[in-house]
Amino acid sequence: MLGFRADRLRADMNRLLALLFHQGVLDEQFLQLQQLQDESSPNFVSEVVNIYFQESERLLKNLRALLIERDLTDYKKMGNHLNQLMGSSSSIGANRVRNVCIAFRANSEQNNRAGCLRALEVLEHEYCYLKSKLHELFQIEQQRVLGAGVRYPMQQN
Amino acid sequence: MARNPIFSRRRRSDQLDALDRFPTSDSEVHVLAVDDSLVDRTVIERLLRLTACRVTAVDSGIRALQYLGLQDETNSQVGFDGLKVDMIITDYCMPGMTGYELLKKIKESSTLREIPVVIMSSENVVARIDRCLEEGAEDFIVKPVKLSDVKRLREYMVGDEKTGNERSGINKRKLREPCDQPSSSPSISSPASSDSSPSCPSPSSSPSDSLQSTPSSSEPSSPMSTPQSDGSK
Repeated sequence: MLGFRADRLRADMNRLLALLFHQGVLDEQFLQLQQLQDESSPNFVSEVVNIYFQESERLLKNLRALLIERDLTDYKKMGNHLNQLMGSSSSIGANRVRNVCIAFRANSEQNNRAGCLRALEVLEHEYCYLKSKLHELFQIEQQRVLGAGVRYPMQQN
Repeated sequence: MARNPIFSRRRRSDQLDALDRFPTSDSEVHVLAVDDSLVDRTVIERLLRLTACRVTAVDSGIRALQYLGLQDETNSQVGFDGLKVDMIITDYCMPGMTGYELLKKIKESSTLREIPVVIMSSENVVARIDRCLEEGAEDFIVKPVKLSDVKRLREYMVGDEKTGNERSGINKRKLREPCDQPSSSPSISSPASSDSSPSCPSPSSSPSDSLQSTPSSSEPSSPMSTPQSDGSK
């Protein structure tokens, strides 16, 4: 019975991953991160992703604050934030978020405020989607691990 | 970054039990990783540890120089916690001091310039790569960094330690030739564009430039036939 449930959870996880790859939400760099996880670092992926969430939310907040600034929009600073977000997104395999950053950055280089605002909306939406899907993934993983008899320590959060 | 320790070795000491399977002898390679992104530092640290390296990760070029003892002008290859640094791997785009500027400072130092420096960048820009290699960088990795990239670097370090060879300018020149050298950067095989300044703007794409595989003419880098001024690196 336990085995059956574990199989079903694994299937759920694989299905979700396949969907995210198919949608281009994640790319092969995410797989690379998974390969770096093992008994000596059993929560590596979720640790890195949680750091990514914290960094990204800070950057998104800064971007929104810069765009609200009507009089003197600091496009250079915006570019810096975007470069950071692009870099970390690429490092965890957050492909769609990274691509939106690229388009966003093009708008900021042209000092196109309206374009930037639109890009920020898309970016926030993509980020939210990514975050909710990754949380779902980690939840399934945690259930699977617990069901397997707690071979790994509890996932810290 | 106040909540995160600057030097990750403190965190690492909590994981010593898990790292028992990695050798801790003197022959173990010690790498200094420099990156302003905590995400990237975490990943590169893990990649390096999986290839049996000791890692010290810092978040800026300034801190890297402090660690190497350059800031205090006590020029030494030994970090202040007593470990010799065998390789430095640094991000290119960082606020304050860029990876390129850090590279220059290291290569200008008589005591540190033998340390191989590897540059990482998310931008695949031929002119940038050339500039770094010209300045003496050992290799250039396009982000995101993978395990295969790091494993390749490990081979450089082990080789040099065993033979004790001084890094010559020959590797540099070979990497810049248009014909493919197997050791030169599989990481720069994707289409590249040119950039026009040493800072970190986004690369401006120019169709004619991106088709070039030889050093682009938009950058003031010297043509290959001109002998390098410093052959002793």
